[in-house]
Amino acid sequence: MSKMLHVDNAGGVLEVSFLEKNILDESNIQQIGKELNESIEGKSSPSMIIDFGNVEHLSSAALGILITMNSRIGDMGGKMCLSNIRPEIFEVFKITKLDRIFNIHETVKAAREGMA
Amino acid sequence: MASDQDKKKCWERTFDLASKRPEIDQAVAEVLQACTDQGLEEPATFAIRLSLEEAMANAMMHGNGGDETKRIILECQIDSGKVRMTIQDEGPGFDPETVPDPTADENLTIASGRGLALIKAFMTHVEIPRPGNRLELVFERS
Repeated sequence: MSKMLHVDNAGGVLEVSFLEKNILDESNIQQIGKELNESIEGKSSPSMIIDFGNVEHLSSAALGILITMNSRIGDMGGKMCLSNIRPEIFEVFKITKLDRIFNIHETVKAAREGMA
Repeated sequence: MASDQDKKKCWERTFDLASKRPEIDQAVAEVLQACTDQGLEEPATFAIRLSLEEAMANAMMHGNGGDETKRIILECQIDSGKVRMTIQDEGPGFDPETVPDPTADENLTIASGRGLALIKAFMTHVEIPRPGNRLELVFERS
């Protein structure tokens, strides 16, 4: 399975972006979950910004992975933000009311400022 | 009643698919291409793709229980104003009334169970006749 994510550690904040524009395939989504978990292994209070700039489609299973990761990071005393979500995908977050549980910012820069 | 010209314009196709990603992906790509050929654009194609992907994933993983030998029948009729899709799996079916509301406060942090809610939000009509192993979806262009 090829890598699905690019992860940068920028000044203690993990900046995650997707290498695929469609987050739909079940095995790809499992791989994303695995890579997200690996990125926070051994860290205390991790800070993570997920950049959706490259994402054109995502499934409800992908939302599930994000919910799980948000809870896990919260349990570790950290913070996770989503950013740069195109309008049609943001609509998915609104319909499912997940915009109420995620920290969502328009840009990565704004998310970074929100982390401060 | 539709004219002969309208009937000719309607794209119809029935897919008999194994519960495997490559076959599903190929079918979804053909349906989306037909939508584009019929003049449908974003945000319609986004809604159709999302709903079809969710319905196929449900059929594959829940209906057919991940058994790749079980079949999924996808029927599509697409014209410039309406898209009809039915997705049938080999599972026992489910009662949509028993699916918890994923937008209820107590369910917001549960990781699964949002597919049907998204389909209902993006499609114009959704029917799930008994025994519940067939989704009938209609998208009408506004």
